[in-house]
Amino acid sequence: MLSVTSDIPTDLPWGQLLVNGLALGSLYALTAFGIVLIYKTTKVITFAQGETAMFSTFVAFTLLTVFQLPFTVAFILTLAFAGVFGALIERVVLRHISTTTVLNPVIVTVGLSLILLGTAGWIWGYEIRTFPAPVAGPPLRFATIVVSQLNALTFLVTLVLMTVLFAFFRFSPTGIAMRAVAENRTAAQLMGISIGRMNALGWGMGTAMGAVTGMLIAPLNYLDPSMMGDVALKAFAAAVVGGLTSLPGAVVGGLLLGIIDSVVGFEVPELRNTIAFVLIVLVLVVRPSGLLGKHEIKKV
Amino acid sequence: MKVRWLRTRGRAMVPYGVGLAVVVVLPALLDVVPGIAPGYILYLVSLALIYAIVAIGLGLLIGHTGQISLGHAGFFAIGAYASALLTLRLGLPFVAALLVAGALTATIGFLLGLPALRLSGPYLAVATLGFGLAIPQLVVWQGSWTGGSSGLHGLPLASLPLGAFTIVFRTDQDYYYLAAAVLVVLTIFARNVVASHTGRAFVAIRDSEIAARAMGVDLVRYKTTAFALSALYAGIAGSLYAHLLHGISPEDFTVLLSVDFLTMIVLGGLGSVGGALAGALMLTFLQNALTRLPVVHDFKNLYIVVLGAILILTIAFLPRGLAGIVRSSRLRWAARVRDGASRVDQIIELGDGGVPQ
Repeated sequence: MLSVTSDIPTDLPWGQLLVNGLALGSLYALTAFGIVLIYKTTKVITFAQGETAMFSTFVAFTLLTVFQLPFTVAFILTLAFAGVFGALIERVVLRHISTTTVLNPVIVTVGLSLILLGTAGWIWGYEIRTFPAPVAGPPLRFATIVVSQLNALTFLVTLVLMTVLFAFFRFSPTGIAMRAVAENRTAAQLMGISIGRMNALGWGMGTAMGAVTGMLIAPLNYLDPSMMGDVALKAFAAAVVGGLTSLPGAVVGGLLLGIIDSVVGFEVPELRNTIAFVLIVLVLVVRPSGLLGKHEIKKV
Repeated sequence: MKVRWLRTRGRAMVPYGVGLAVVVVLPALLDVVPGIAPGYILYLVSLALIYAIVAIGLGLLIGHTGQISLGHAGFFAIGAYASALLTLRLGLPFVAALLVAGALTATIGFLLGLPALRLSGPYLAVATLGFGLAIPQLVVWQGSWTGGSSGLHGLPLASLPLGAFTIVFRTDQDYYYLAAAVLVVLTIFARNVVASHTGRAFVAIRDSEIAARAMGVDLVRYKTTAFALSALYAGIAGSLYAHLLHGISPEDFTVLLSVDFLTMIVLGGLGSVGGALAGALMLTFLQNALTRLPVVHDFKNLYIVVLGAILILTIAFLPRGLAGIVRSSRLRWAARVRDGASRVDQIIELGDGGVPQ
């Protein structure tokens, strides 16, 4: 179970729970970004996001320990690997799947996640490893509240990436083209946009996002093929609560879940996933397209 | 009106007849074959038959109604725990516990179907995934009466009162016949549902909700019915599972089990009762065969990779699963007999409407 509260005394004030929740929530939001990115372009909800992130993190781990590369180099190489890997997944697997029913992409990405999980277990095994933290040093203190440097970095990365990606989709020609593909394939194609290339780009970017997430989550706790299981569920919840197409929505959803998680996890740790599930259902029943999502009108 | 208790007729009955004959003579066959432990094989077959019950129920939901569930292990767990608790704590007889467990699971399925009315496709997949994860956690949380993470053990022997006699199920062979009998009844029931008004409403919803509504199909009624029916199957199977193993624990009901169920019906062919049956049998035996490979020291990894590969390859190359192969070869054969080979492809194309026959 993921925990950011490991070395903090049990008698927590609310302020500390809130800050822990925000740190946890930004991890959920980051993971949710990958799901949102892929959904925004390809209209596929990937159930393999946690596993591609885990796989990329293992690649980073190998670069750091076996090849003894410095963190920055390993980080950049891992991002490149993840980008190519994601694009390959799209090119080799998803492009050949008929999307006449919504079931197919769900089934195929579930299959992908299983293959990645098994392969990682095969290559790297299930022993628990520690992943080096990108930042080290004494925690920051604000009055009675303690924030580790890693948590602060995670929070910062989340905000920066949200802004950058938001701007990318709003202003850059490529980002607009990616949205156009999701909006109307035929029209986008008629405007000279290559659908295959945009889909591959969406998957590549989404998977690279996952790599960033994995490298920030692994040092918090441990590195192991099942490290993303819990986080991925919360990230789904965050993406769905936020509306699946909205990056700020994913942040709102992620932070909300993180805070609930931190408070519920403090009171009744067994119920953390149950609460996430109840929250998804509640939000969807009230607003079927999420808090910040646009309602999609189904045409016959 | 004449009530037909068996809606499947004619040639379509042949595979089921053959299957039934195999089920009946299997224990005798195993006794004859030297060098194997018939008890263990029968136990394994029983397990496969129980999973087949879940798969058929899940097939009604996913294959026929088009509503995905990634959390069927949750329903399976509810059935198993309800049955185990009722027999252990309240001393209810097995049959009563099975029926109550089924009814309870169906009710929960109905309730889960209500929010599902507003969720479609991937949203529903996420919500049901959460449901499947939540159930084992709730079991651990309520450990004082559910046995927590160590589970419930020492379930009494299943028994079936028949008038003056009472059949007590003691051996693996007894449980095998019990599971087979329940499966036969539930298979016939599923075939009947599929062939009925309800089944056609399910398919209409799957193919287009808007068109179905325009034709007067009550979405609320049929979607919740599909969920309740599907949960009923999982609940009954869960009850049988608990009694076959004489004990259960939360670890028996992981997300991987839900994915197992999904793989069974995808492999067998979505929208086919026979396919769900075949898929469940094949996957259970495949799982067991993989553990026996001498080269594999790392069974779990190999199994999940194979599972993932089955899912992807089936969707990519056999979207209708094994049932699709059977169906297209049957059509090919029928066309050849009737009209000669020239119209074969055309007929297959026309006949491939996705509606189960």
